[in-house]
Amino acid sequence: MLEPHMDRHDATPDNSNGGITPFTFSGPALAECRELMTHYPGEFSKSALIPILHIAQADNDGWLSVPAMDAVANLLGIQYIEVYEVATFYSMFHLEPVGKHVLDVCETAPCMLRGSDDLIEHIEKRLGIKAGQTTPDGMFTLRAVQCLGSCGGAPMLQCGAKYHEHLTIEKVDQLIEQLRGKETRTNYTDHIDTPAENGTTASA
Amino acid sequence: MGRQLLLEHINKPGIRGLEGYRANGGYRSVEKALKTMAPEAVLEEVKKSGLRGRGGAGFPTGMKWSFLAKPEGVPRYLVVNADESEPGTFKDRYLMQRIPHLLIEGMIPSSFAMGVNTAYIYIRGEYFYIARILEQAIAEARAAGWLGKNILGTGYDLEIYVHVGAGAYICGEETALLESLEGKRGNPRIKPPFPAVKGLWQRPTVVNNVETICAVVPIINDGGEEYAKIGIGRSTGTKLISAAGHINKPGVYEIELGVSVEEFVNSDQYCGGVSGGRPLKACIPGGSSVPILPAELLFRTAKFETRLMTYESLSDGGFETGSMLGSGGFYVFNDSACIVRATWNHSRFYHHESCGQCSPCREGTGWMEKVLYRLEHGTARTDDIDLLWDIQRRIEGNTICPFGDAASWPVAASIRHFRHEFEYHATHPTKVKDPKHCEKDPIPYPEKSYAN
Ligand SMILES: Cc1cc2nc3c(=O)[nH]c(=O)nc-3n(C[C@H](O)[C@H](O)[C@H](O)COP(=O)(O)O)c2cc1C
Ligand code: SF4
Ligand code: FES
Repeated sequence: MLEPHMDRHDATPDNSNGGITPFTFSGPALAECRELMTHYPGEFSKSALIPILHIAQADNDGWLSVPAMDAVANLLGIQYIEVYEVATFYSMFHLEPVGKHVLDVCETAPCMLRGSDDLIEHIEKRLGIKAGQTTPDGMFTLRAVQCLGSCGGAPMLQCGAKYHEHLTIEKVDQLIEQLRGKETRTNYTDHIDTPAENGTTASA
Repeated sequence: MGRQLLLEHINKPGIRGLEGYRANGGYRSVEKALKTMAPEAVLEEVKKSGLRGRGGAGFPTGMKWSFLAKPEGVPRYLVVNADESEPGTFKDRYLMQRIPHLLIEGMIPSSFAMGVNTAYIYIRGEYFYIARILEQAIAEARAAGWLGKNILGTGYDLEIYVHVGAGAYICGEETALLESLEGKRGNPRIKPPFPAVKGLWQRPTVVNNVETICAVVPIINDGGEEYAKIGIGRSTGTKLISAAGHINKPGVYEIELGVSVEEFVNSDQYCGGVSGGRPLKACIPGGSSVPILPAELLFRTAKFETRLMTYESLSDGGFETGSMLGSGGFYVFNDSACIVRATWNHSRFYHHESCGQCSPCREGTGWMEKVLYRLEHGTARTDDIDLLWDIQRRIEGNTICPFGDAASWPVAASIRHFRHEFEYHATHPTKVKDPKHCEKDPIPYPEKSYAN
């Protein structure tokens, strides 16, 4: 099946940033990409593709437009299709614009046992959208995703780099209100304070 | 509590930084291996330890390392598998997040033993923040001379890079992982050739789980024989178990292999008993890909022997009455859980995650999800249970990678042990429209005789 907006490989208004705007990496992002490419033997620099797509996505308002993917292909000296086929395979790459804050709620069995179905239903009602959709104001995208390696903190969700574990209806409501007031986009690549404490999985 | 070889220091102040890690004996194994041992001697200790891969398959690590091809002039690689996406499994995250230097340390004697000068950590994209933690640990270790050129003046060089994925369970399968690391879709490769001969960029490569590599640290420090004293039979050493589901104390526990499953579930040192004040119904002891065990077969085997947390005991009885230790993703169901719903949930996972290369897997996982959806939602057709059995049977063994088996086994085991619940769903369409029907009205487990 073709991904939405991927039936044409040329830049069109609906697969670009609201019009056929060329994408260029910001200075720091480009420097990060070039550094990443040094992690692999020169002839295999294509290996940097997935890490670089993460950077491009964060640099392009949280999604991968066709011009952004083309810029990645040009940077790595590979065919456009080599980028598209990868971008369409991995669940963390968004091929359409997404909300400022993407809520990835885990729906897999261990989380289900601890109430993820109810949690997702609650967030759907609260935001007035179904999983997979974005709120009309562009603030939130809700996604039901597969196990995030946090089953001990179930039910849980990921938003950007942050893991929110042991969720209750009250906690998730609070989180949504807090995010509503946050204008800057959250990205998976965000630097967070005290990453070692991310999530609160208990242990012995 | 048994011996804690990996988690002993995990809550010590400052353990996440190099200084605190060193203060608790960190990087001793590097000094010992590089300064006093030959690479072959390091390999020998790992062989003696009996260490088996902690990623799921349980393959002997020393043996895997000895298969690594060593053609003249061709670089070879160690790739650490930090993809950790098997539902129920969250132990590697815990290790890397809380004690990142343990993994970096373990990679040094391991790489040294195999003559590897460049190693990668392939980490799932959702753990981006952990990639940053690891990168910082690598930078610290490098600045202190534990990595880089001429480590400790021994002439040995090693660079470690962290590589993030982007969300795909299949990339935990080692050849899919290598494809992904090469910047491609995560499509598993046909084996042979095995990665030990043609791996990353067609060069000899060993792929090991995070926990496996961490275990090399105590093995080098105390010797393989010491390590092998812990455990029972071919299940040596300690294992991290990530416990979840209906238990009082979800979390990551380090067990000595050989504790009884009953103790693990009920002791306050570990899971602290089944939660919700309800009886135990079932357990998936090794990640979503291993067969589910009904309560009747969890604490004792079909032969009425005590079931132990070992590779052998958990698989005792084969697929008929056993399961597997797998990745150590241990999740428990009390009687409020509906097995049909859980099976549907699992099948949705496998359908979502199939890479799509093989038709039996790509189509079969979708069919299973569809049929299970009908059963779960009270719209089943009369022969749906047999149909489901038939589909899973035709996937297993007919695919490029073991994902096909992993998708079929949970379905097969659920039907094998809980056929009565599937029949209940087929015959009580109105009742099962309420997803919480088991919570309100548990379905009793029928009297069965497992002894033969
Ligand atoms: C579908 C599938 C998913 C897998 N996922 C993981 C994983 O997330 N982490 C892991 O270490 N091994 C995973 N494995 C096992 C790896 O293929 C490989 O056997 C393992 O990384 C080897 O390391 P070990 O010998 O140290 O366990 C998976 C295997 C399959 C078939
Ligand atoms: S069994 Fe499934 S996941 Fe594995 S290669 Fe075939 S289609 Fe891909
Ligand atoms: S099942 Fe939700 S994090 Fe694992």
